[in-house]
Amino acid sequence: MATDILSNPERLTTLVKVLDGALADHEHETLVEHGEVTLVIPAAALLEVAWILRDHPDLRFEQLIDLCGVDYAAYGSSQWTTDDASNTGFGRGVDRDQDFALDHPHRFAVVYHLLSLVHNQRVRVRVYADGAQPVVASIVPVWAAANWFEREAFDLFGILFSGHPDLRRILTDYGFVGYPFRKDFPLSGHVEMRYDPAQGRVIYEPVSITPRVLVPRVIRDDHRYVGTAVSSEAPHA
Amino acid sequence: MPEIRNYTLNFGPQHPSAHGVLRLVLEMSGEVIERADPHVGLLHRGTEKLAESKPYNQSIGYMDRLDYVSMMCNEHGYVRAIEKLLGVEAPERAQYIRTMFDEITRILNHLMWLAAHGLDIGAMSIFLYCFREREDLLDCYEAVSGARMHATYYRPGGVHRDLPEQMPRYRGSSKWHSEKTIAKRNAARQGSLLDFIEDFTDRFPGHVDEYETLLTDNRIWKQRTVGIGVVSPERALQLGFTGPMLRGSGVEWDLRKKQPYAAYDKVEFDIPVGVNGDCYDRYLVRMEEMRQSNHIIRQCVAWLRAHPGPVAIDDHKIVPPLRADMKDDMEALIHHFKLFTEGYCPPPGEVYACVEAPKGEFGCYIVSDGANKPYRLKVRAPGFPHLAALDEMSQGHMLADVVAIIGTLDIVFGEIDR
Repeated sequence: MATDILSNPERLTTLVKVLDGALADHEHETLVEHGEVTLVIPAAALLEVAWILRDHPDLRFEQLIDLCGVDYAAYGSSQWTTDDASNTGFGRGVDRDQDFALDHPHRFAVVYHLLSLVHNQRVRVRVYADGAQPVVASIVPVWAAANWFEREAFDLFGILFSGHPDLRRILTDYGFVGYPFRKDFPLSGHVEMRYDPAQGRVIYEPVSITPRVLVPRVIRDDHRYVGTAVSSEAPHA
Repeated sequence: MPEIRNYTLNFGPQHPSAHGVLRLVLEMSGEVIERADPHVGLLHRGTEKLAESKPYNQSIGYMDRLDYVSMMCNEHGYVRAIEKLLGVEAPERAQYIRTMFDEITRILNHLMWLAAHGLDIGAMSIFLYCFREREDLLDCYEAVSGARMHATYYRPGGVHRDLPEQMPRYRGSSKWHSEKTIAKRNAARQGSLLDFIEDFTDRFPGHVDEYETLLTDNRIWKQRTVGIGVVSPERALQLGFTGPMLRGSGVEWDLRKKQPYAAYDKVEFDIPVGVNGDCYDRYLVRMEEMRQSNHIIRQCVAWLRAHPGPVAIDDHKIVPPLRADMKDDMEALIHHFKLFTEGYCPPPGEVYACVEAPKGEFGCYIVSDGANKPYRLKVRAPGFPHLAALDEMSQGHMLADVVAIIGTLDIVFGEIDR
């Protein structure tokens, strides 16, 4: 069937070669997995690299397809251990109190997906941001499409984009507190709202839902995948 | 003389032409738009966060609810990402079924767009024409999945089940429909689903001619759309446009051709491209896309008739075993139990897979840490950058043109707000 022409190994090698050539002056790392090229660069060099990626004649990534934040604070943690069974079998308890690497310098990442129409290539660019104070340069001057995507990443993850023309919340409610897609933000949130007939207005209260886990998060060291891909260690660990 | 100043106008979120829940804050000088500030997020459900707390397969249904007028294309993007992560590929018959249903979905979406866009700018009757054909296509959805909209039909490794041999029929008579009416409605439903779809594709080009008779040379339609919301090809690329929005500006780019997936490299079709990049050209592009989709569906029907075969891979770590096998096979029962209580664990890594959804490029970015749930799922919705460009597209236009521009963007809030 239609094999993805982008994951053709020759094309990938060519792309990596071109990237390495064009970014020779900049610190960078290229990873190839699942037929995709990922470029990891230090946050300080983001804007310079972005201009090169867009305007270099052999790259010409003229479209920013996607921009998103990732929170690596809970990467590789499971809620149910399956490594060894006791003499009564596996425990049924779900571990809800997870330890998060909240202040790790590589806690957050901003991931850019770029598309070149001229060369029919895609590349993923990743920069890491500090867990305590995540700030990344805004790439709105390079790709105008980044405007709303960066607002979204700011809204959901609290990643600040320096130089953004209008960094406001976009998806959450007016007056929302917190960054809902961070791993330490509970799925059911902190507050719920209802109309209070006594006061004649909508009021906010602490959530009344008890958090529960329907299917525990399990990481199995499946023999089928041993040695195939990256380790389950957090990429920054 | 009174002093005339700029004023701000609140548009929506409960406005019929706001396509759901768009709130626009318009800064206006008289009736001319100076700045448009869309406020989105009123339909934000946190789909991506919800997906992080569920096994992979349980989120397929959420994809239907993103862009709720192109359901199966969204599923296709998500399922393709999982398949890429797992390193599996659906059998050929499943690929053709997906291609066929993607195109059915494209027609469904474009009909919905045409109906709503027409209604927004004053063409009332087109709405009824479009919904007449949508009904037949939703019946096809229902025949394969049991649901008219939120199908959850595509699964990693294939599709849920093969196409039915018998197209469901209307039964009996009621106080609204006589037996004669019902017999007429059942006329096309005597054979299999493929017979029904083929009959539809015979009729559909004539229906598209009807829509075109109503609109294409209609002078009011042209007054409302020609020269409105012009986007140059360079700006379209800068603003992240994809799909008909990009092609309307004259950029020949279609993932089905350039980065083919499913069975798109085996079928023949053309990519329509606009010239002026205005609302009228995007209208023409979408009309032609419906004809091309019809052409693709016909080719898929012919292929599917001739090639019976499996519709899902034979790996019970990913695809559940047959119910009949579970009755006497212990292995099958265990596989079923493990699959539905825990799911499968893909290898750690990250993938991005996309499809040419009717609105543009719909992509899913999945980060996996080897668990049975995605570590992070990002849905790249085509409507998001399109709506972001509303400000730029509507500047200098009149208030009534904003409605035409919202229509041409083909936005659905399910996918923008996620």
